Amino acid sequence: MEFTVQYDGMELVYKRPATLTETPMHYCPGCGHGVVHKLLMEVVEEMGIQERTVGVAPVGCSVFAYNYMNIDMQEAAHGRASAVATGIKRMLPDRIVFSYQGDGDLAAIGTGETIHTVNRGENILIIFINNAIYGMTGGQMAPTTLLGMVTSTTPYGREAAVMGHPLKITDLVAQLPGAYYVTRQAVHTPTAVRKTKKAIRASLEYQQQQKRGTCFIEVVSNCPSGWKMTPLEANEWMEKSMFPFYPLGDLKVPGRS
Amino acid sequence: MNNQREQARLMKGNEALAEAALRAGLQGYFGYPITPQSEILEYLAAEGPKRGAVVLQAESELAAINMVYGAAGAGARVMISSSSPGISLMQEGLSYMASAELPCLVVNINRGGPGLGTIQPAQGDYFQATKGGGHGDYHLIVLAPASVQEMADFVFDGFRLAEKYRNPAMILADGALGQMMEKVVLPPEGSLPRTEKPWATTGKPAWRERNIITSLFIQPEKMEQVNLKLQKKYQELQHEVRYETIGVEDAEVLMVAYGLSARIAQKAMELAREQGIRVGLIRPITLYPFPYEAIAHLARNVFSVLVVELNAGQMVEDVRLAVNGRRPVSFKGRMGGIIITPEEILEEIEELAEHYRLVRV
Repeated sequence: MEFTVQYDGMELVYKRPATLTETPMHYCPGCGHGVVHKLLMEVVEEMGIQERTVGVAPVGCSVFAYNYMNIDMQEAAHGRASAVATGIKRMLPDRIVFSYQGDGDLAAIGTGETIHTVNRGENILIIFINNAIYGMTGGQMAPTTLLGMVTSTTPYGREAAVMGHPLKITDLVAQLPGAYYVTRQAVHTPTAVRKTKKAIRASLEYQQQQKRGTCFIEVVSNCPSGWKMTPLEANEWMEKSMFPFYPLGDLKVPGRS
Repeated sequence: MNNQREQARLMKGNEALAEAALRAGLQGYFGYPITPQSEILEYLAAEGPKRGAVVLQAESELAAINMVYGAAGAGARVMISSSSPGISLMQEGLSYMASAELPCLVVNINRGGPGLGTIQPAQGDYFQATKGGGHGDYHLIVLAPASVQEMADFVFDGFRLAEKYRNPAMILADGALGQMMEKVVLPPEGSLPRTEKPWATTGKPAWRERNIITSLFIQPEKMEQVNLKLQKKYQELQHEVRYETIGVEDAEVLMVAYGLSARIAQKAMELAREQGIRVGLIRPITLYPFPYEAIAHLARNVFSVLVVELNAGQMVEDVRLAVNGRRPVSFKGRMGGIIITPEEILEEIEELAEHYRLVRV
């Protein structure tokens, strides 16, 4: 089937930013990754920093982020995205550097790198997608999996006595003096999308202004495939179950204690 | 500094190496303390920032090698150093760097192992250094210095080879070479030109496609192509093989030893020659590529080949591959941080002389 779109006489209200490639994304229907990718690349385009931006894609569902983002990128070993970003930023301090990591990457195998990167106050943006599950490997327990939540490795639900508690790593990160701006957002409604974009814009502007410190944005997201739900069910479950434990909002704002 | 020839100075191996790195135009160094190599980190922490190099003590060797990955991918001339247990922690990162074709210089001041082992000198990391070390089909370029002078010189060779072949290079030394003081003439500052790195992720200008540094090739056909490309590179690398021979012309016993062992073997050779036993020595300088052909050639003219190492016998396997059964190959080694003496090697040589009824001259 072919669609022919007539633009004549119509107002163009939306288009793909030039900072996104034309490659169709591999993400599942309803997944938040595509939205966050788009927001990030829109901000890069709007700020005119495509030539100066270098991204780091980790192991996880977003490992192919470099297929979609039309900027220079490095793929990092599992958990090491913030260390790789540190190496890039230290060598090229005038570039805009971000890492884009999932919960397993950032809060399990890469916890050490996450804490120390922020504690050093590396002048980068860390985007943390928290959907409480390992999506790429097929729905195993993540460090952020809620208590009682069923995954392929917690078939009877996550039990604190055996598997420990869900890790609020963003709350930990917000305590560190190296953190400049820490916020928790979502992308499941138009309002949430606008707020997340604002947070990304603020973070990259801080970085451009050479504010000393790490910007850290957690996006509480869904995983319809991993959660075995429809996209709609997943968003409803996220609001009902995830947001009470991971409340949205700013955790650390420049100039405010 | 004047334009006169550099004065010889007395320096520790680790410090000579660190100073040479700065003179070679080091831009980034990421490290973590471990004996017996901490002087490299300490020296660079003091000198690096004054001379335009970023020096960062990471939270672990794991983080450090991944910082090197990022920095090398950004096009910088980068170095990392550690000792055996720390090098083990870096293997994942080195496998990624070999696959992503990122140049860097890795320094291993080998200590006794396995495990936490001892802080004393050893050569037990030969397999790890020369056979890949991490997962997958890859090799590092491996240089084995035998003096403080070479600790300094090989920094330049290591960077040059790493950048020429877009591959991590390693200086495989040991605790003794790192710690001992010797006379050294340092290479002049700025004598290693920068290489073009059009593949580096420095930000995508409008005129070129985006640069991607990755080791992920999920389609098997693509992964095989990447592997074939790497193998072709390792074939080309064989031309860079380096070795030194001493007293091989009339030798009836050929010793093979590298690094610290080669110095001790050379002393044993002198003692043997005082007794009229004609012993020669070949010292591989590059451990990868390995001088198979040179060893095979020299082995034809001797009765026996003796390999000396500070391990349980690792390089001896490569020597046997080179000799390919044409001559008997024996091994003498000490482990665990014990340094073999020339007398111990001499005993071995005397036994060989007895066994083959060699004529003493």
